Amino acid sequence: MQALEYAMKKTMYEKIWDSHLVVDAAGQAPLLYVDRHLMHEVTSPQAFEGLRLAGRKVRNPHSILATMDHCVPTKNRDLPIADPIAKKQIETMAENCKENGLNLYDMKNPNNGVIHVVVPEHGFVHPGMVVVCGDSHTATHGAFGALAFGIGTSEVEHVMATQTLPQKKSKTMQIVVNGELSKYASAKDIALAITGKIGTAGGTGYVIEYTGPAIRALSMEGRMTLCNMAIEAGARAGLVSPDEKTYDYIKGREFAPSGDYWDQALAYWKTLPSDEGAVFDATVILNAADIAPQVSWGTSPEQVTGVDSVVPDPESFSDEGKRKACESALAYMGLTPNTKITDIPVDLVFIGSCTNGRIEDFRIAADVAKGTKVAQGVTAIAVPGSYHVKKQAEEEGLDKIFIDAGWEWRDPGCSMCLAMNGDELTKGQRSASTSNRNFEGRQGKGGRTHLVSPAMAAAAAAAGHFVDIRKL
Amino acid sequence: MEPYKKHESIAALMNRSNVDTDQIIPKQFLKKVERSGFGKHLFHDWRFNDDGSDNPEFELNKPAFKGAKILVAGDNFGCGSSREHAPWAIADYGFNTIISTSYADIFYNNCFKNGILAIKTDKAQLDKLMAEITNNEGVKFVVDLENQQVTTPGGNGFSFEIDPFRKGNLLSGLDDIGLTLKHVDKIDEYEVQHKNDFPWLWV
Repeated sequence: MQALEYAMKKTMYEKIWDSHLVVDAAGQAPLLYVDRHLMHEVTSPQAFEGLRLAGRKVRNPHSILATMDHCVPTKNRDLPIADPIAKKQIETMAENCKENGLNLYDMKNPNNGVIHVVVPEHGFVHPGMVVVCGDSHTATHGAFGALAFGIGTSEVEHVMATQTLPQKKSKTMQIVVNGELSKYASAKDIALAITGKIGTAGGTGYVIEYTGPAIRALSMEGRMTLCNMAIEAGARAGLVSPDEKTYDYIKGREFAPSGDYWDQALAYWKTLPSDEGAVFDATVILNAADIAPQVSWGTSPEQVTGVDSVVPDPESFSDEGKRKACESALAYMGLTPNTKITDIPVDLVFIGSCTNGRIEDFRIAADVAKGTKVAQGVTAIAVPGSYHVKKQAEEEGLDKIFIDAGWEWRDPGCSMCLAMNGDELTKGQRSASTSNRNFEGRQGKGGRTHLVSPAMAAAAAAAGHFVDIRKL
Repeated sequence: MEPYKKHESIAALMNRSNVDTDQIIPKQFLKKVERSGFGKHLFHDWRFNDDGSDNPEFELNKPAFKGAKILVAGDNFGCGSSREHAPWAIADYGFNTIISTSYADIFYNNCFKNGILAIKTDKAQLDKLMAEITNNEGVKFVVDLENQQVTTPGGNGFSFEIDPFRKGNLLSGLDDIGLTLKHVDKIDEYEVQHKNDFPWLWV
């Protein structure tokens, strides 16, 4: 009897997995049903081409929502795209969506923006869904209690043709964040602290569920930031179980259920949280109160520390691999061991991306930027995650705060997060960036990226170096 | 996809951990709408100097590694983005096998969709292989997927585990989509049930 009860206790991941299993036959990978398929211009063209060559059709066009975000300019949007290859990719996206009857928010569409910002704005993802996109930051949508993960282009084609994906079941990891965050720390700091603690491969093979009072206290925007970076810890996906905040956020949006369907959906969503006593394969515990505002110092998101700390000495790592990685990161970053983080200067500040391009992020950053001036020699750009974020911010007067402080206020796109659209660092330039990856060359060849929260970015813009915002 | 056959090939060494997809294929090459031609951009920012000449310091530019089909690399290879351009570039450059202790999840999946065998082994074994290559650059390893075996002239051979489904697909060169579509009746059935259970998703 006890064994039976034990067997019936499931994690949220297992519930979603079980309810989406189409085929589980011996000798082949289980086939999982896909509810929502998100798309952008970079990882889809070859999938459409493959489909065409094989004479196959998109099985459920209504399951797809597409946008253009990676290559789009964030200024002078009225002019033709200067880069002919980017232009071709944008045009190809439009043609592919038209040919297959897909819902596309193109560059000129008032709904346009970064895919992982746009999709929640329209209520397109609900708790309990399986959601995929040819983009590793699909993990963002785990904030709604959906199993959301990035896939490759061959898999994009597979999902278009079959609405399913062969999948290996992941292990489950629970990350408990106890206590309360300090006023100056944010979801971004939790995400960076977790990556620092477990490493970029710490979550490999796992789906992470974030639990604990500090997670419950996060807004939906904060939960999106946190789940967005599950991939930076190597996890297949990140999840936060749905609650009243989730339901309130979804209600009334374009693709949200309404009328009787709302009640049915809500009743279902409430069955999703992990059962009391469900067993996870691994557990990691953090105390939110211990999390200082984080700054990455290296070329991997795990190379991160608190703003009140110093650049580490390679000799302080006992693991040979980590020591070597530290040495090469410091060489690339142009940093010397034991430099105070607050003594590191910045040349460019970027607020935006699918990690930190939502309205809450601009509110927090504007609060810090208000009445300041961007330091001499520093360029600061604010790139809203979508036209809706931009409009909302402008209605609240946030654009004016940034512009008065000497920031550039741009149109939405991925922009400097991966620097595909021409917004980039030059060799040796150093950024404070609210994006998600500090890999070598990520923001431009030879560019040096420090990952931070929006508040930390805004403070760095005014000071010209990193600042412990707790002391402002 | 070409069926994967037993082969004897030069093993190139990349003794670095956490090699990310931004290094494998930098973002400036992701704008193409074709699948082909990414090999010439593989590891671009490491491989070439600013003037476009080969960077002699970069390991894969060593003459001894020319023509290598096997890449022996450090932990957590392929971390970062989901871009399938990474395995496209690796395959187009000429590699069909990677040996490491671990891979990032999405990259690992992407390899097998493109005829690349990504072999996982333990740290001690990887260290032996790396030492053998260091001491004998240009050494050739034999990779036998059928028997899940790697052999080396230095006697550092080992057997490896692999998911039977992935193995079968590599050996046959079969199209994943074709395999899934054999179950199209099951997908149809599931969808009928799905519409019944979650009607709000179908309005």
